[in-house]
Amino acid sequence: MTILQIILLIFLLVCAVSVSITRDLLNAILIYMSFSLIMSIIWVTLESPDLAITEAAVGAGVTSVLFFVTLKKIHAINIEKGTRELKDADINTEEEDGLDEQA
Amino acid sequence: MSRRKTDEEYSKTRAYRFFKWLKGEKDYTPSETKMDMSLLIPIADASTTVERMQDKQIAKERAYDEHSNRLLKFFNRMYRIVAVMFCIIFGALLIYNVSYLPKVGAVDRPTNNEVPARYIEKGIEETGAVNIVTGMILDYRAFDTFGESNVLFVATITVLILLRINKDRSRLSPVLSEDDPGAGDSIYEPKDDLILQTVAKFLVPIIMVFGIYVILNGHLSPGGGFSGGAVIGAGLILYVNAFGFEKTEEFFTEKTYKWISFGALTTYCLCKAYSFFCGANHLDSHIPLGTPGAILSSGLILILNICVGMVVACTMYTFYVMFRKGDF
Repeated sequence: MTILQIILLIFLLVCAVSVSITRDLLNAILIYMSFSLIMSIIWVTLESPDLAITEAAVGAGVTSVLFFVTLKKIHAINIEKGTRELKDADINTEEEDGLDEQA
Repeated sequence: MSRRKTDEEYSKTRAYRFFKWLKGEKDYTPSETKMDMSLLIPIADASTTVERMQDKQIAKERAYDEHSNRLLKFFNRMYRIVAVMFCIIFGALLIYNVSYLPKVGAVDRPTNNEVPARYIEKGIEETGAVNIVTGMILDYRAFDTFGESNVLFVATITVLILLRINKDRSRLSPVLSEDDPGAGDSIYEPKDDLILQTVAKFLVPIIMVFGIYVILNGHLSPGGGFSGGAVIGAGLILYVNAFGFEKTEEFFTEKTYKWISFGALTTYCLCKAYSFFCGANHLDSHIPLGTPGAILSSGLILILNICVGMVVACTMYTFYVMFRKGDF
């Protein structure tokens, strides 16, 4: 095991732990993305570049983008106001949506 | 001799009710039973909505108030302690077990048996693929890969069922407007971001060419249908983000998805149907394998790679579009 691999594995551990500790969902996704990138480099060092390509495209690319879109759907990211907290305005609109569905 | 039941008797039997249910008739009509059809919660104006939200908040705070509820306090503490303990014990157990695994590449690994030996020795000769992994997954184990492609197809159908927005619904609820951040996602278009567009102009062609290269060289170099398809799908997503849905609708609609998936899966099935039918060890496709190393070699693997790549790329893109917009 080379030094590079050890460093990468330590990064991997740090990422894995910090994903579960982070309270902010957006940060958790970003850390998860970096986890996938590190994993893809580890795949290269383990001599399986085909897995590295897939990991980089699916893990770091598509899955994270889907997570972002889902967060936007559930109002966890508020891009317009630059804050990620659920503000009173959002609560109100959600309430209206719910009422409309009931009606 | 069986006696014909009277109508009154017959109406009490299960058969009567079953046939009634089969015909779609109901036991009651809402007007007869005077069912209360009014709304349980009257539609409130903004001020009462705010009041209700505040009430909800207060109720939540009281329910989770630790000072007045000792059991809850105890539970919260125990929950944390037990969770941490569980993680530590489980992690230690796993690491302890890993120490018993054979070393990477050791000769006496249980995976080093006659199966990989045969793949490595006769793989190029039998499949014509220089990349043994592709030769394995698209020739020896083509049935598995076919199943995987179908799983992706089924997953896309499920996402379509769950997330597709009925276009008539926007007519029913007038709330859908661009001011509303919640409802606006279906009509929300990416903004004309100059940085994103400039970057996409450079990157998207490179990503696409790389994806096509990975697919076409699947039997020569690392990669193959799945990796290349995922790369192309990621490139399409970047393109959509930069230039909006109007541009992609010119070449990718629901019909495109339908025909590409259908065509690719059918081609795959037809190419390999004979082998699937004849059993596991049938490998002769009577197609010349060509010289290993040339791009037009290894028989059907190139076609199968293209099929898998197209299915995967379409799946990735459809997932994104469904999550984002709910429609193509």
